[in-house]
Amino acid sequence: MKLITAIVKPFKLDDVKDALQASGVQGITVSEVRGFGRQGGHSETYRGAEYKIDFVPKVRLELVVDDSSVDSVVAAIKAAANTGKIGDGKIWVTDVARIVRIRTGEEGPDAI
Amino acid sequence: MESASLTWVLISSALVLFMTPGLAFFYGGMDRGRNVLNMLMMNFYCVLIIPVLWMVLGYTLAQGGDGNWIGNFDWLLLKDIGVMEDGGGQIATIAFLGMFAAITPALISGAVADRMKFSAWAIFVPVWSLLVYVPVFKWIYGGWLGDRGSLDFAGGTAIHVNAGIAALAAVLVLGKRKGWPTEGHPPHSMPLVMIGTGILWFGWFGFNAGSALAANGQAAQAFMNTFLAAAAAGLAWVATEWLRDGKPTNLGAASGIVAGLVAITPAAGYVSGVAPIIIGLIAGVVCCYAVRLKSKAGYDDALDVVGVHFVGGLVGSLLIGFFANPEFFDGAFEEGIFYGGDAGLLLEQAIANGAAIVWSFVVTFAIFLAIKKTIGVRVDPQDEADGLDYALHAESAYH
Repeated sequence: MKLITAIVKPFKLDDVKDALQASGVQGITVSEVRGFGRQGGHSETYRGAEYKIDFVPKVRLELVVDDSSVDSVVAAIKAAANTGKIGDGKIWVTDVARIVRIRTGEEGPDAI
Repeated sequence: MESASLTWVLISSALVLFMTPGLAFFYGGMDRGRNVLNMLMMNFYCVLIIPVLWMVLGYTLAQGGDGNWIGNFDWLLLKDIGVMEDGGGQIATIAFLGMFAAITPALISGAVADRMKFSAWAIFVPVWSLLVYVPVFKWIYGGWLGDRGSLDFAGGTAIHVNAGIAALAAVLVLGKRKGWPTEGHPPHSMPLVMIGTGILWFGWFGFNAGSALAANGQAAQAFMNTFLAAAAAGLAWVATEWLRDGKPTNLGAASGIVAGLVAITPAAGYVSGVAPIIIGLIAGVVCCYAVRLKSKAGYDDALDVVGVHFVGGLVGSLLIGFFANPEFFDGAFEEGIFYGGDAGLLLEQAIANGAAIVWSFVVTFAIFLAIKKTIGVRVDPQDEADGLDYALHAESAYH
């Protein structure tokens, strides 16, 4: 089992969600986050004074999948979140040691 | 007071009351999210303390008797003022003027944002009202400045120049916000700023057109002038920053609208035709540049009370010297230079503003210094870093 974490542009969230649902994913957890990568921040102007906004808004998606679907899920996110411009975000995959469905007590792939 | 006029003055009073929450949102949105409730509270405090003070002492000192400098105690606690002899005209007028008294110190809150002790503000507001607002008001409406022939229809000098220069004195004693100007403080909620601006514009029709204290032609023209000057100034500010900085901004539109409203305030019942548009355009451009003075001169007027209210009020007040049109209003006041007058009126405008500026600056500075030496004016540095909403009020705006 793997945890797939993706940081994407907020306006791409719906596209990514649709792509993941199409690929059979049953659940996603989403959080609004702020940060910067190579894109850096941006600047805003108020009453002629420029303010550097270092942390720009992003969306973080987290989902746990079975090993067999990791490649298709990563591909789906990559395709749906891509605009070709700097700041599109990142996807990373980590091992998950244990997973439990709280309602039934199921563990392992059955709990995904 | 006849009933049509009484109706208009009462409606106008309610409109002016609504400006204080409008101002609170205008400032609160520009403030940081952790200080917005403190900003709202500083403004709402003014509509708590001032109405009481106005009834007890303020009105009689601002309007009682024939004195050149200060009123008397004839109307202490509004004694002997009935509603039967004049159909409630005087009581309605006292309420109307009380709304003005309430919003004037509230204007200063924008300058001291993010770092002033609320206890110091609680003392400052009534003391400032009695020692600065009330005398200047009396000089202009029933005292030596008004008698000399200077004009101030709805409080350009008495309110905006007065509060604007007081804001400068206040921040000179209070000091800069931690991190200013290197650390940025962009507005935390522009939608709140725009709602506040809309409320201010709406309420300002009562402020200016209500100042005719009658349902008459002068009120109608003051209404029209309020409409036009705000629009022209908003247009001018946005155009200026679009050319200069590359983008038209919401804050530019909001600031321009307020600058135009401030500038037309002293002139609203004295100018006509295209004059409000010209006054608005000039105020919009001048104030758009004036808000940059603070970083050059090094005074931390957080939300630009000096750049918008002081400068805008002064611009509008001096422009009366050019645009006053007594023929249009069948009024007993001097003509401006563009309507056949000499420089006499312009000189009187300069004298009136000069007197208000000197008195307000010196006395405000002294009041602030006295509070600083006794209970202190500045919050604890840790509270300033954590945010005033929680530290001073035990509340949070957003969860």
